[in-house]
Amino acid sequence: MKQVPDEHGRFGPFGGRYVPETLMNALMELEQSYLTYKDDPAFQQDIAYLLKQYSGRETPLYYAERLTEHLGGAKVYLKREDLNHTGAHKINNAIGQGLLAKRMGKQKVIAETGAGQHGVATATVAALLGLECKVFMGEEDTKRQQLNVFRMKLLGAEVVPVLSGTRTLKDACNEALRYWVSHVQDTFYILGSATGPHPYPMMVRNFQRIIGDETRAQILQAEGRLPEMLVAAVGGGSNAIGMFYPFIEDTDVQLVGVEAAGRGVDTEFHAATMTKGTKGVFQGSMSYLLQDEFGQVQPAHSISAGLDYPGIGPEHSYLKDIQRARYYPITDQEALDALQLLSRTEGIIPALESAHAVAQVVKLAPKMAADDIIVICLSGRGDKDVESIMAYTEGGEA
Amino acid sequence: MSNQEINGLDAAFAKLKADGRTALIPFITVGDPDPETTLDILEALEQAGADVVELGVPYSDPLADGPVIQRASERALRHGITIASCIRTAAQARERGISLPFVLFTYYNPVLQMGIEGFLQEVNAAGISGLIIPDLPFEESEEMLALADAANIKLIPLVAPTSSGRISRILDRARGFIYCVSSLGVTGERTSFHTDVDEFIASVKAQTDLPVAVGFGISSREQVQRFAELCDGAVVGSAIVRKIEDSISLLENRDTKSQALLQIRDFVAQLKL
Repeated sequence: MKQVPDEHGRFGPFGGRYVPETLMNALMELEQSYLTYKDDPAFQQDIAYLLKQYSGRETPLYYAERLTEHLGGAKVYLKREDLNHTGAHKINNAIGQGLLAKRMGKQKVIAETGAGQHGVATATVAALLGLECKVFMGEEDTKRQQLNVFRMKLLGAEVVPVLSGTRTLKDACNEALRYWVSHVQDTFYILGSATGPHPYPMMVRNFQRIIGDETRAQILQAEGRLPEMLVAAVGGGSNAIGMFYPFIEDTDVQLVGVEAAGRGVDTEFHAATMTKGTKGVFQGSMSYLLQDEFGQVQPAHSISAGLDYPGIGPEHSYLKDIQRARYYPITDQEALDALQLLSRTEGIIPALESAHAVAQVVKLAPKMAADDIIVICLSGRGDKDVESIMAYTEGGEA
Repeated sequence: MSNQEINGLDAAFAKLKADGRTALIPFITVGDPDPETTLDILEALEQAGADVVELGVPYSDPLADGPVIQRASERALRHGITIASCIRTAAQARERGISLPFVLFTYYNPVLQMGIEGFLQEVNAAGISGLIIPDLPFEESEEMLALADAANIKLIPLVAPTSSGRISRILDRARGFIYCVSSLGVTGERTSFHTDVDEFIASVKAQTDLPVAVGFGISSREQVQRFAELCDGAVVGSAIVRKIEDSISLLENRDTKSQALLQIRDFVAQLKL
């Protein structure tokens, strides 16, 4: 399989750099710096040190025996990204980009956040590295995720509520990009997903590939072979691409991405970009997109703030088109049911995002053989969601 | 109706040059507050002496725009405005006898969804002379530029204060005029400009024979005056869109509409040197 992206940041027809001219030089400079430090042993050592001693990697690959028994099919393993410092995989990328910002001499960082996990990870790394930090968050999400807002403030970050558009993740990204256009000379944009203009999708993937690299070594140790299937939730798609990427060449390993179907893919309230989207340019790259026939971006809906996004990273669109990965929709209700199931069978409360991946496995595992192996990327823990789950299950809309 | 052999922008800038004048280039969002009023506003802009008009296509995610134009986009989108209906509005303006050159300002995705070739055909038929696509840097514009050239539509590039080493490559592909971004940031009024901008504009001027216009943040006659000494045109966007926003209740009332249009006309007329 050919190496992607190419030098123009293209994954087949996807990716690229569709941004205002003001940002182009900054993106070129970022790419140059990244490519330089990527192969710098001292930089790699700094990352490895923080991932281990600060974030607690490697994260366990846990055999979910009771869940497996309950489902009565394939053996289910959980890659425990929820056990990272700050409670999700987002820290892997925030450490990488934070250290890069430092190397590039930038003292200020900005980030967008949906559920708040990337915002918390960025605020954490900013505190650790002594950087000034501003996090853009849709006003709607600041209400859904009040705890994370407070957490970011505790960590010394400024949280900027975004009042434009749908007041969710996509608008937080717009506002972060607008702010970056105005402050590009002294500010580093720590983008949280494998989305946006080149080099972000490539860079974020590479900072997240540690998930897949560890999984590979761990499953070989535990089972002596690679799994039949990897399953991960996709909003923008950073945990999924990090999990998938080291297995791309292993064509016997099925790659399954799970997107949010909200109240159902046949309603107006979903975030099922792969199931219902079409190709378009959004927030700096060409990818699949929820849009109307005139190219206006459609609002997304999901109970999970982290999946509530009408776009998806360009590499996922590429993997879908070359049929290397498949993508399935999971509804709010299915995700909630899976969240409860995992909580009760394993004593692990997953994030609502990760619960989507679990829900897909609830559908797939029983149809597979007992000696088949599935690894779920359990991207985050559910503490942040307890309040909205309570609101939803007590009859109201989350 | 289709473009003449001579592109409308080329003709306008040639005449301005002969007269020794600076182009006043207002920007409005099509369909704000509604499509019919857009035609009236275009008439007012022509009466005010505008030399070229930028027609902004409202978009759900206007990355390069500040709050004023974002709000205008939201208002227009509530009327179901699409890129195709914006082009129709331009054609209707021509039928009304409005003759000033039009430049369509649109984000790239609506163009892509319409299909580049079909889009250019419609643009041509509506008598639109040029295009500004703020999220299409030259690295991504090859196909667009070739097709626009074939249709005699000018693909006008943006040059930013941060473009530095990229400027010559941008200018190599430039058509119509060069749009210099006055300062870092999104569209919207600014109270002052860094003095670096003078040097930046002068360096762009020195490297091209095409007209150079400046935009982003210009909102007053004094600012138009300031930039007139340095280049060939000034774009005024958010200040006019804000004027329209402030006049919405007057524009929506049949009894006060003509008064509001006169106020918009006078506001634009006093910007003209």
